[in-house]
Amino acid sequence: MEPVLRIDALAKHFLLHQQAGVRIPVFDGLSAQVNAGEAVAVTGASGRGKSSLLKLIYGTYRATSGAIRVRNGEEWVDVVAAPPRDVLALRKSTIGYVTQFLRVIPRVPAETIVAEPLIDRGMDPEAAICRARLLLDRLNIPERLWHLSPMTFSGGEQQRVNIARGFAAHFPLLLLDEPTASLDAANRQRVLDLIAEARQQGSAIVAVFHDEEERRLACSREIPLDRGEGSGP
Amino acid sequence: MNPLLSAEGLTKTYGARIGCRDVSFDLFPGEVLAIVGESGSGKTTLLRCLSGHVAASAGRVIYTTRDGKRAALDEMSEAERRLLMRTDWGFVHQDAREGLRMGVSAGANVGERMMAVGVRHYGKIRAAAADWLSRVEIPEDRIDDSPWSYSGGMRQRLQIARNLVTSPRLVFMDEPTGGLDVSVQARLLDLIRGLVKGLGLAAVVVTHDLAVARLLSSRMMVMQQGRVIEEGLTDQILEDPQAAYSQLLVSSVLQV
Repeated sequence: MEPVLRIDALAKHFLLHQQAGVRIPVFDGLSAQVNAGEAVAVTGASGRGKSSLLKLIYGTYRATSGAIRVRNGEEWVDVVAAPPRDVLALRKSTIGYVTQFLRVIPRVPAETIVAEPLIDRGMDPEAAICRARLLLDRLNIPERLWHLSPMTFSGGEQQRVNIARGFAAHFPLLLLDEPTASLDAANRQRVLDLIAEARQQGSAIVAVFHDEEERRLACSREIPLDRGEGSGP
Repeated sequence: MNPLLSAEGLTKTYGARIGCRDVSFDLFPGEVLAIVGESGSGKTTLLRCLSGHVAASAGRVIYTTRDGKRAALDEMSEAERRLLMRTDWGFVHQDAREGLRMGVSAGANVGERMMAVGVRHYGKIRAAAADWLSRVEIPEDRIDDSPWSYSGGMRQRLQIARNLVTSPRLVFMDEPTGGLDVSVQARLLDLIRGLVKGLGLAAVVVTHDLAVARLLSSRMMVMQQGRVIEEGLTDQILEDPQAAYSQLLVSSVLQV
């Protein structure tokens, strides 16, 4: 299969100016490749930078050095070097990201939050909402909640809204940060099914799973963060 | 694609005092750029230079007009600049009283901007004003009331309606939610966000409130002492600020 993501000699250090200039290394010299249709788990002990790696790929964290190349159609875009405009375009068309927690916007209903990535791509809002409802239904969010802002939803419901949003549009590269963390067994299975379907449609997936069993079910390979990083080259 | 608005080395000094220094950036159609920084950092001066309210001491602002021509603001005639401000651009002031005509009704405030671009049919103006008032959630039966009788939040929404009725492509906003109650702010922000997204507007938003920047913008510039010290994606600057001052700003926000 064709590569979708190529990480080369990636280093990330945090420099905390407000805390006596302390320098916190996260990793150094990290290289990895992820192909279309493949699901790869980022593994490592707590604090080794699993979520940080997803944020670096999405451009939310700024890399210290190295390159993160994402295929966008026929081109490769280096998230580390690309101007904001190109990263935003990449997020619209190519990189989907299911964060650990849903960022709720007051007054925006659940179905609109889910439909937004489709509307942003120019889909007719009515069709986008229709697709959003199908996903919310599939993820067991009761219909009476679709028109409400998820502000008052439970943690598990918010997370499912977040997952529905991540899977609403087809993304060639999907970043998933503990997508099943606060879900019951039935909903967990639905998320694993969605992941499997996305892979069949050719999405490359980079995921952080807390649970080893789920990781094994969802992913075929690992990017381990426990060896060699943090200590420098 | 051409940028909609470009700043090239924009500098404004007041005698020895620096308003803003050597600011350059491109804003593309549909992009929302937030300019953040504390009071006195030069962000409002920059906004006033960008929008042609004050003349820059050095550098220039270039705008792509609807016919695709790139024109420097300081090379336009006064009439051309005024037309631009009335049609293609909007400006939302922090204090709605600066952006509204307080002596005429709400409906007239919206209608007036249409008349300025040559609409003359009373029925059309009235219908468009009513439509825009409802889009900013002002009850229809308040159309003939004076803005003096409006609450702060309603005035701000009226100011937005007045600005958007001519379908501008670019809106400048100076602390659009400043001075309003938090609950009123949330409603206004959500409304602005919906309108900007739905209409595909480009906007430059000056704010000292990082939550406003997070909600409205995709790109951000951090200013300190008149200079841009950091720029990038909004989420990147809020979650992984690089400059010492940006880190201070972000870490100073109280967690609720």
